[in-house]
Amino acid sequence: MTKKMAIIATKGTLDMAYPPFILASTAAALGYDVQVFFTFYGLQLLKKDLSDVKISPLANPAMPMPVPMPVFVQMLPGMESMATMMMKDKLKKKGVASLEELRSLCQEADVKFVACQMTVDLFEFEKSDFIDGIEYGGAATFMEFAGETDICLFV
Amino acid sequence: MDFQKELDARGLNCPLPILKTKKSLADMDSGQVLRVVSTDCGSVKDMQAFAKQTGNELLEQSEQGGEYVFFMKKK
Repeated sequence: MTKKMAIIATKGTLDMAYPPFILASTAAALGYDVQVFFTFYGLQLLKKDLSDVKISPLANPAMPMPVPMPVFVQMLPGMESMATMMMKDKLKKKGVASLEELRSLCQEADVKFVACQMTVDLFEFEKSDFIDGIEYGGAATFMEFAGETDICLFV
Repeated sequence: MDFQKELDARGLNCPLPILKTKKSLADMDSGQVLRVVSTDCGSVKDMQAFAKQTGNELLEQSEQGGEYVFFMKKK
């Protein structure tokens, strides 16, 4: 019988966007039936335009910095964009796929993306902001699939 | 070793070598052999795990000067 994996993606930062897409695409390649439920900030990962998905240097003491940087410097305007640019550059240099690439690899491999309808209403998102081929549902929709999975993760 | 198709996964990092291996195998026939070259040292264990879980057979793997070469026979 086909194995199944369900993931709940709740974060909308660049670093936290990778695990759901990496695991979902890999599981699909291994023959799993995969569903990812995007809720709260995780919904940003389904936007057509992923430019709002950034790295935050704040409250992130584990982030490797090229030079030691006090917190009050990290909160200055422009630091978030700079950290994001540096991280994207590093990801590219190391041959790590972009989020857009991983996301489309997931879709090609029939990973099912479900957007939390409640969050769409809450943040007043437009469905036209999101990529095609996704479904909208609630907690019960997720449970229906999650209840029969071999792996279930909250990211 | 004879192979019918080759995948250059040099410079790619996890999980791309696996995803591209899967894609390359998709349009091959059962019994055909895919040669994969990778520079990602993590792909050594990952290719074994991929083979084990998908039923494709990892016929041979070797390292030559920082490059990892795999021969994968399609199920």
